[in-house]
Amino acid sequence: MKTIYFDNNATTNIAPEVIDEMLPYLRELYGNPSSMHTFGGQLHRKIEEARSRVAGLLGAGPEEIIFTSCGTESDNTALMSAVESVPHKKHIITSRVEHPAVLNFCKYLARKGYRATYLPVSKQGQLNVDELVKALDEDTAVVSLMYANNESGVIFPVAELGEMLKERGILFHTDAVQAVGKIPIDLKKLPVDMLSLSGHKLHAPKGVGALYVRKGARFHPYIIGGHQEHGRRAGTENVASVIALGKACELAGDNLSQEVIYLKGLRDKLENALLKSCPDARINGDVNSRLPNTTNISFEYVEGEAILLRLNEFGICASSGSACTSGSLEPSHVLRAMGVPATLIHGSIRFSLSRYNTEAEVDKVIEIMPPVIKELRQLSPFGRERIKK
Amino acid sequence: MWEYTDKVKEHFLHPKNIGEIENPDAVGEVGSIVCGDALKLYLKVDEKSGKITDAKFQTFGCASAIASSSALTELVKGKTLDEALKVTNQEIAEFLGGLPKEKMHCSVMGREALEAAIANYRGQPPEVKEEGRLICKCFDVTEEKIRKVAIENHLTTVDEITDYTKAGGGCGECKAEIEAILRDIWALKKPERPVVSKKLTNLQKIALMQEIIETEIRPGLQADGGDIELIDIDGNRVIVALRGMCSGCLMADVTIKGIQDKLREMAGEEITVEAQ
Repeated sequence: MKTIYFDNNATTNIAPEVIDEMLPYLRELYGNPSSMHTFGGQLHRKIEEARSRVAGLLGAGPEEIIFTSCGTESDNTALMSAVESVPHKKHIITSRVEHPAVLNFCKYLARKGYRATYLPVSKQGQLNVDELVKALDEDTAVVSLMYANNESGVIFPVAELGEMLKERGILFHTDAVQAVGKIPIDLKKLPVDMLSLSGHKLHAPKGVGALYVRKGARFHPYIIGGHQEHGRRAGTENVASVIALGKACELAGDNLSQEVIYLKGLRDKLENALLKSCPDARINGDVNSRLPNTTNISFEYVEGEAILLRLNEFGICASSGSACTSGSLEPSHVLRAMGVPATLIHGSIRFSLSRYNTEAEVDKVIEIMPPVIKELRQLSPFGRERIKK
Repeated sequence: MWEYTDKVKEHFLHPKNIGEIENPDAVGEVGSIVCGDALKLYLKVDEKSGKITDAKFQTFGCASAIASSSALTELVKGKTLDEALKVTNQEIAEFLGGLPKEKMHCSVMGREALEAAIANYRGQPPEVKEEGRLICKCFDVTEEKIRKVAIENHLTTVDEITDYTKAGGGCGECKAEIEAILRDIWALKKPERPVVSKKLTNLQKIALMQEIIETEIRPGLQADGGDIELIDIDGNRVIVALRGMCSGCLMADVTIKGIQDKLREMAGEEITVEAQ
């Protein structure tokens, strides 16, 4: 059975060009870039090339890119650096729909005596800039808001938020793990101080990420040790993966504008067909400001895990915000923050596409999904009257 | 990803006995769409023999909830109501070759639906929520249910209670209360130490008191910077000395009383404790 992988916000395949690029550095060229001999030392140049490629995708300078081990490390580093840069300020602001890498770090800081504000979002999952203005005070050390949401795909008005914070001189970090490589980002124009990204969300391997730190912004390292990354992130470089991340960023940049159109086309086809063929289904998210590859649809009267495992029988991979799939008993914190009723959260399914998905795959899902939903609804004690109609 | 057995997958992908029974003799409905799983069980009962001639279900929930419902209907068909009432949630899980521990609450839901249906058949009023004190507000779980499930399944930890009833799996505020309920259940149910018999020699008695103090009392006192020493035993009089932060503490009387309660509970009602 062929896998239809529609779960690209969870992770992506490594692009074949990326694998080709990194393999020599796993096989023959295993040196340490810090070494004096050519065998190791020559790798330094490759690392710097990768740094330029990452910077190139973001419109940043190479010296503004720090390689890390993952998106979570980038997020943690950004927040820790921010609060250490302004030790007299004890207030942090984030949103209720952040990734746990930010949300739980803010909760950690709150236990350490910081005051944390978690901004609400609208029913569409959108952030209100006025809410942020209201939350700011002279004690605010840092504001951390995501660029795009992993579950709903909603894109926050980062430029507008950044302008406002810049005027007030407050540090601004954005977790752009879901946005980088999916939509154009130009840090020459975008007023953010720090930005996190993760390799495996854009066809590089797992275990590598990067943190952008605007030139001139104060920075405190999180991982302490050797002189690597100009003393900003200790630890011997993950050479092959760093090179892979550079290549993945280059690939993403080369095709970005066409890819946005391609993915939006596939996503809209899938979404419209499912909304048409499955009654009592609705979109979660802000359709006016959303990642082109993501759709989050709630199917009433049925439960997400059951849907996923029925789809699994056909090799279709997706995600759900239901309680049974969250690893805890609580359903998605993102959909709850959006005020989606519990009944709809339990039946929520997220499809997230990538450039490797095809229209034929979309057609297959359009064909398989309606009977899956219909059968599970026939099992359900809810919505009986609606289904009989 | 859950590790489901092939039997669970089979009953999830091809559930048995789905749908409604027209004019059922009994209906049992448990769970809610808000909590994430719900089960409606329909029974047809032969009046003369008291046997369940047909059972069907409708379930909203995950794979193991659907599979547990399917298993339940297969297990109770052909049984008399009294026999059916003996079907435990463990049997439902075993029928499926086991469930992941985090999913045991699905089998508990099956057992509850069965009880509700049989109560419905016998004309007993549906269980009133007020009967038990509400412990978990996120998932609507009463003290009564926690006690029942804990005893039936020999559960001793809060995590197990969460796996079997969902209680404590939401905001987590009720975890301390669940812990207290468990302590209460197992302190009463499990006499961990033999009650002191009158025939114990003084030496045996000293050894027993020493052990109880070491394992049950001292750690608590030491956590607060205090300590205790067993000085002497005279019949049923236990003489101790409080040390560290405990000595001269204003609450010393209360502490002594607490120690006395503990020793009485574990070694006999006639014991009295005195400070040196």
